[in-house]
Amino acid sequence: MSGPTNQSILVVGGGMSGMTAAIEAAEAGYEVYLVEKNPYLGGRVAQLNQYFPKLCPPYCGLEINFRRIKQNPRIHVFTLAQVESISGEEGNFEVAVLLKPRYVNEKCTCCGKCAEATTIEIDNPFNYGMDRVKAAYLPHDMAFPMRYVIDPVLLQSSEAQKVKEACPYDAIDLTMESKTIKLSVGSVVWATGWNPYDAKKLDTYGFGVYPDVITNVMMERMAANNGPTQGRIVRPSTGQPPRNVAFIQCAGSRDENHLPFCSSICCLASMKQATYVREQIPDATVYIFYIDIRATDRYEDFYLKVKKDENVVFFKGKVAKIFPSENSDQLILRVENTMTEELVEMPFDLVVLATGMEPSTSADPLPLPVAYDDYQFLPGPVVQPGIYAAGCVRSPLNVSESVQDGTSAAIRAIKSIVVRR
Amino acid sequence: MEKKIGVYICSGCGIGEAINVEQLASVAGENNVPVCRSHGMLCSKEGVQIIKNDMEQEGVNTIVIAACSPRVMYDVFSFDGCIVDRVNLREQVAWCQPPGDENTQMMAEDYLRMGLTKVNRMELPEPYKPDTEMSKDILVVGGGVSGLSAALAASDAGYKVTLVERSAELGGFQKSVKNIATFPYKRGLQNNPVSDLVQKVQNNENITVYTEARIESTAGGPGLFDVTILQNGSTITHKFGAIVLATGWVPYDPKQLDAKLGYGLPNVITGTEFEEMIAAGGIKRPKDGGEVRNVAFILCAGSRDPNHLPYCSTVCCIASLKQALEVKRQNPDANVFIVYREMRTPGQSEDLYRKAQEEGVIFIRCQTPEVSKGAQGLTVKGFEDLVGDEVIIDDLDLVVLATGMVPTTSFGENVLATEKKEGEEEAVPADVILRSDILNLQYRQGPEVPILKYGFPDSHFICFPYESRRTGIYLAGCVRRPMGIASALEDGAGAAMKAIQCVELVHKGMAVHPRAGDTSFPEFFMQRCTQCKRCTVECPFGAINEDEKGNPLPQPTRCRRCGVCMGACPERIISFKNYSVGMIGDMIKSINVPDEYEEKPRILVLACENDAYPALDMAGTRRMKYNPWVRVVPLRCLGSMNLIWIADALSSGIDGVVLLGCKYGDDYQCHFIRGSELANIRLSKIKETLDRLALESDRVRFETVSISDYDRLPKILDEFAERIQEIGPNPYKGF
Repeated sequence: MSGPTNQSILVVGGGMSGMTAAIEAAEAGYEVYLVEKNPYLGGRVAQLNQYFPKLCPPYCGLEINFRRIKQNPRIHVFTLAQVESISGEEGNFEVAVLLKPRYVNEKCTCCGKCAEATTIEIDNPFNYGMDRVKAAYLPHDMAFPMRYVIDPVLLQSSEAQKVKEACPYDAIDLTMESKTIKLSVGSVVWATGWNPYDAKKLDTYGFGVYPDVITNVMMERMAANNGPTQGRIVRPSTGQPPRNVAFIQCAGSRDENHLPFCSSICCLASMKQATYVREQIPDATVYIFYIDIRATDRYEDFYLKVKKDENVVFFKGKVAKIFPSENSDQLILRVENTMTEELVEMPFDLVVLATGMEPSTSADPLPLPVAYDDYQFLPGPVVQPGIYAAGCVRSPLNVSESVQDGTSAAIRAIKSIVVRR
Repeated sequence: MEKKIGVYICSGCGIGEAINVEQLASVAGENNVPVCRSHGMLCSKEGVQIIKNDMEQEGVNTIVIAACSPRVMYDVFSFDGCIVDRVNLREQVAWCQPPGDENTQMMAEDYLRMGLTKVNRMELPEPYKPDTEMSKDILVVGGGVSGLSAALAASDAGYKVTLVERSAELGGFQKSVKNIATFPYKRGLQNNPVSDLVQKVQNNENITVYTEARIESTAGGPGLFDVTILQNGSTITHKFGAIVLATGWVPYDPKQLDAKLGYGLPNVITGTEFEEMIAAGGIKRPKDGGEVRNVAFILCAGSRDPNHLPYCSTVCCIASLKQALEVKRQNPDANVFIVYREMRTPGQSEDLYRKAQEEGVIFIRCQTPEVSKGAQGLTVKGFEDLVGDEVIIDDLDLVVLATGMVPTTSFGENVLATEKKEGEEEAVPADVILRSDILNLQYRQGPEVPILKYGFPDSHFICFPYESRRTGIYLAGCVRRPMGIASALEDGAGAAMKAIQCVELVHKGMAVHPRAGDTSFPEFFMQRCTQCKRCTVECPFGAINEDEKGNPLPQPTRCRRCGVCMGACPERIISFKNYSVGMIGDMIKSINVPDEYEEKPRILVLACENDAYPALDMAGTRRMKYNPWVRVVPLRCLGSMNLIWIADALSSGIDGVVLLGCKYGDDYQCHFIRGSELANIRLSKIKETLDRLALESDRVRFETVSISDYDRLPKILDEFAERIQEIGPNPYKGF
């Protein structure tokens, strides 16, 4: 027997691996429900400025994926959606999905009049809270679905009615409520991705205390032209470009007190971000404080390319502490040069903590008892018969590996619905 | 099809404020369009109902929607069986131009004219149905871990699979590996799942296995791969729908290593030879079978070295840690040294590194270790990074060199695919294809899948790792990049997913990635073909074969529908039902070009629909303004640009042409491999012609944009407009 059946697949998570799993299965002829927590698809890759090693824009691949979704009637996308319960067995799962209200319906044309009408702002979730956005907003330039979102804070304010009336198309529905829908599916792909490790837990690094200590994901937003500074890399304290930038690798990773595992992409991500700094600020110096440079496969070429730049220094040593300078507005990094065993103190304008990826299941486990590994990752591609894991919820992966994972999860999910038990 | 056109103009989202809709509707009148209506919110249920009523009652079957971008409201404005064109009056007119301005009005009118021309020139595509029956069977070449995984995955999904393996047994390299390290890494040594996999495949009735077999030839294309398998002198032929290429790797030849690594000295072996030792029963000194008390593993042996393998083979650190644990298991008192440059244990494999340290393995960080014969046993010495001094380890019974992985596709002589024609300045960029005797494709462009850097026939795309340059052929496992077992199992399954998807799409006459679902395909008007071979050479996917006389023989199932062939053909004999040289040419000619005294230049923008067009939309969404002279025509790929369009534009009096497309070169972005590069090469050929015709070559320009460059677009377009105004109006205006 070959060819499509009429059982369906549920993909939980609309990031790179989840979106891929959904699209690949649907293009082979299967019905797929794609459930995403955010109001838009793309997950955390949409929040990257560029991918290594090509230094290419995430929107490029996302545009093709969105187009593939648009032209495929078999993919049913639910945003602002989360799985509340799963029961049943392989071939026959009953899933309850909670849909949170967007307060904007399908009539929205993205004309932007609602945003114009309100003065209320919220921390911009797309920019990791680094700037503010109106409480009626389009999540980002290429949001898909292309539809505005209204934050609950606006609903509770006095401007709610004004904003509703500002919409010429009756697209704002203040009465929307959360509702739960039930889906019957044959198999499930769990692809809920990761969260950046909370850098505030790294108490010797001063994140959250010193504004010029930021994380790698924040640096990505800063470098992006649709970010909080329109792509200008600046010191948060002064708004001026940094003359020197320190990248601290393994910040809270490979560390039994924080994340004992390695997040595999941070070395390359910092090197990529070093190229952002160097391109934008030709006189800037970049230091990368590392333990081991993990540039596997042909990424070695990227490492060599970045290393060639004389203004980028690879310094083997763990940074013990960050504290403010007494003589200037800079930050001092106290670090042991493991090669010479000297303890040095070096001043920097801006410090980027290359923090790791925590699996989302750490904070939000599955709504049914399954096994996890020691670090709360799902332990392998098969969670249990009919439930599969893909992407960074399984292991810290780069974009290409996440897509690979999503693609294989798709065929595993198909297996569950093709073979009836 | 007998067309009855309906034009529907939306005045919502600021369009009605930016232009005069009634005046715009008169353009429809000029063109004798039978039905033309406008609405304040065309995407509303009411608006769509108006269109549906016209379809039912007026027989409208060709619909021009003059409203927002085709990239939005796609589900709302979808009408089965009708030709539908979207004229972008919102993002690319109302939102980027001053409202109520005469130039804004002229822009909207031109776009409507172009939309009407387009629907007049296009037909609905009819899916390609080959004369012979198509197959949904999957061919897997290579019976190692990823090939076995691919075969099982495809079979589990309900497809019949044939697995061809060159050697006598299935299992690939992993056959000779007793224990592996994989998730959960903290367990250290674990059983190798390969024998289970082999058994599952052998017991599977839907998988036909040929061992000691190779592929003698592969003809045809997706859905229609006619494959001849050669086994022990006899041939088997079968038709397949898609192919998974999983032929794996061979170890780097240790005899090629630098002498200072000591290969050739007694008791110096490679990592793969160590595995054979474990599989054969136990670790002992190769020379005299003696006990191994002291052993050193040298990592990156011949890897990360420009004189040998420049890349990192990803798994050698993990494999060496595993091997160190093998030594400790056999002899807990053994002194085990790992001499490394960087310790690469990403993800959860960090647990293995920790475990090795806990078991007492000693780690020496050294960038240039040397192995030599010592007074007793072997000696390893080198500058230790963390100690800051030279370190000497002597009295070693065994030294294991962790050598890298070389893909099987990197062997064989280069089939030069470049063809330089007389008088051509720049040859078309050629693929590197080696005669590696793997698939033996009967393709005019070469017998194997093109390889990229270092011999890997990989996809160049981060977002689409399975997309090789040959449609319907998907790479899996270490042949495409060095990887460990867990990854190889996933990769095989992933390639199988792409393979089954390909057969399903091709059976419906549809294209695969990136134009998945596209039912149009190129048709060749052979009467006017001059056998110049540009289409067969330039097709990025090798989709066009050739007969002895040089006539192109298109293979539609291999085609990605980019239109590069259409752009290349100097006789313009290639067209799609809904995308042709004549269609775009007429659209360009339908632009109203004011005479030079009006001082309103006209600039044609040929925009790649994959990046430049979305970027223009985003600039509009941000209400960024640019000059009103531009007229944008989206193209499937800049590679589909036919030079006649430049001639059409300039002879119509258009003052300048700018191509907006992706960057090319090593880090190319083109979803069709080399579209923008080809467009540039074609442009360079006409510079001379332009200068001779007193048309400054500055009038035609290529600008590199990426999809997120919306913020640069207004500047790019305005600077070009300034340059055009400097040069002055096109002297051919009004001819």
